[in-house]
Amino acid sequence: MSGLMAYSGQLINLCAAVILLLAFAMLAQRRVIHLIDLFALQGFTLFLSTLIMALKTGQTHLFYSAGLTLGLKALLLPWILHRLVRKLHVKSEVEALINIPTTMLVGIVLVVIAFNVALPISNLSSSIARGMLGIALAAVMLAFLMMITRRKAITQVVGFLSMENGLFLAATSATYGMPMVVELGIALDVLVGVIILGVFFFQIRDQFDSLDIHHMEKLKEH
Amino acid sequence: MSVAGLLGQVFAIVFALALAPLLTGWVNQCRAWLQNRSAPPLLQPYYMLHKLFNKDVVLAHGASPLFRFAPYALFGCMMLACAIIPSLSTDLPLAPAADALALVGVFGLARVFISLAAMDIGTSFGSLGGRREMLVGFLAEPALLIVIFTVALIAQSTSVATIVETLAHREFVIYPSIAFAGIAFTMVSFAENARVPVDNPATHLELTMIHEAMILEYSGRHLALIEWAASLKLYAYSCLGLALFFPWGIAERDNFMALVAAIPILLAKLLIGGFLVALIETINAKMRIFRAPEFLGTAFLLAVLGMLVNLLLESRV
Repeated sequence: MSGLMAYSGQLINLCAAVILLLAFAMLAQRRVIHLIDLFALQGFTLFLSTLIMALKTGQTHLFYSAGLTLGLKALLLPWILHRLVRKLHVKSEVEALINIPTTMLVGIVLVVIAFNVALPISNLSSSIARGMLGIALAAVMLAFLMMITRRKAITQVVGFLSMENGLFLAATSATYGMPMVVELGIALDVLVGVIILGVFFFQIRDQFDSLDIHHMEKLKEH
Repeated sequence: MSVAGLLGQVFAIVFALALAPLLTGWVNQCRAWLQNRSAPPLLQPYYMLHKLFNKDVVLAHGASPLFRFAPYALFGCMMLACAIIPSLSTDLPLAPAADALALVGVFGLARVFISLAAMDIGTSFGSLGGRREMLVGFLAEPALLIVIFTVALIAQSTSVATIVETLAHREFVIYPSIAFAGIAFTMVSFAENARVPVDNPATHLELTMIHEAMILEYSGRHLALIEWAASLKLYAYSCLGLALFFPWGIAERDNFMALVAAIPILLAKLLIGGFLVALIETINAKMRIFRAPEFLGTAFLLAVLGMLVNLLLESRV
């Protein structure tokens, strides 16, 4: 255990880097099923980094949020999404508005911006993992980019959830996590959000025979 | 120059020459097992080389001296690369001959020669293969360079031996950027060695082949040298990857016992690495040639990301 403690800072940095890597992998992924798996993996990495942080600092509420992350983001939400994909018979190919290499280039630019923006803020922080703030911001922006550039409602929801992962990472890295009440509230919000969006998917498909949200631009009252 | 250093250098070259075809044979064997085919013998590449060296060379009409010189140049480049990559020991007297950047240049030189030779005869397949090879090469090279910049930033040196020495023998530190660089390097080495997602070493289908299209006109000892050089390239890339990302067990300066101990460790690492190569080749389908730029672009972006992460998380201000 003491060996783990000695390297905890580096391990947390490694987890953060893996989360960023997974955010990029999600941006490059063409298959919806794999996208959800990557999201689950990102949730699991987030759980690991929170757990290491909790072991290092000994704060009880971090243990709770680690457990919450594991249960919700690594297991429950991916399961719900998988079920949705199966029930809705979503076409397996992700449809992007901009082609994927261009998206990746934009992603790199976003990462550079995020790192630059976060640098002065993280210098103020005294947490053991202050370098992570830039990575968390980059993960948020990459998820945002995914929401913007994807056509299908389900990929947008994955982007939204991945953005929440980035925010959670930012919260743990900068300030050792949010207060328990806030965290529980956000977790419930995300869960309820996914369930409501799941219902929406069925409605959208019934209305337009497709999950392409472009059809919604044509909504007009006659 | 110490005796151990000289010995390490000789060992490195002899090992590379002797083991490279074996590594190719091992990868082919694993691939056959994983794909439910009956495997060729492990020593098949050696039989192949023996057969080819005993055959006469048939030259096309109008082949220029370049065509005949290219296999020797290719083989020489790969041997130099194997000599300066620290596979067994970081104490290599030849290491000052080329740092990591020049090493990329050595690979580039080999590529230029083989592509020119492929176009030299003037058959359509040759120039097709040569062009495709240059397409893959010009995309793979920057990614490889950025990977090397990342590890060079960590070690504060571009000498391969110094980089490996820093990674293997200083205090153990987890570098997140190494993870990015490792994935990018793996992608690049699959492209550079004409392995499955980019090229298929076992195919002669004209629509897809890259490496094979370039060497169609070669025969006899020329073909043998090219095949041997291809195995040496795979060996060089494997050793470079193992040295950069799994550096444990590589001997230090003036340490003879460690040099001896490094041999079984290297063999074990190559055994596992070769199996993983075969596994990745089996679970991936070959991409269309027009997807290759995207594949290598991803490798480049990952490498850049690794460098950025290095600057953010690991810079000592």
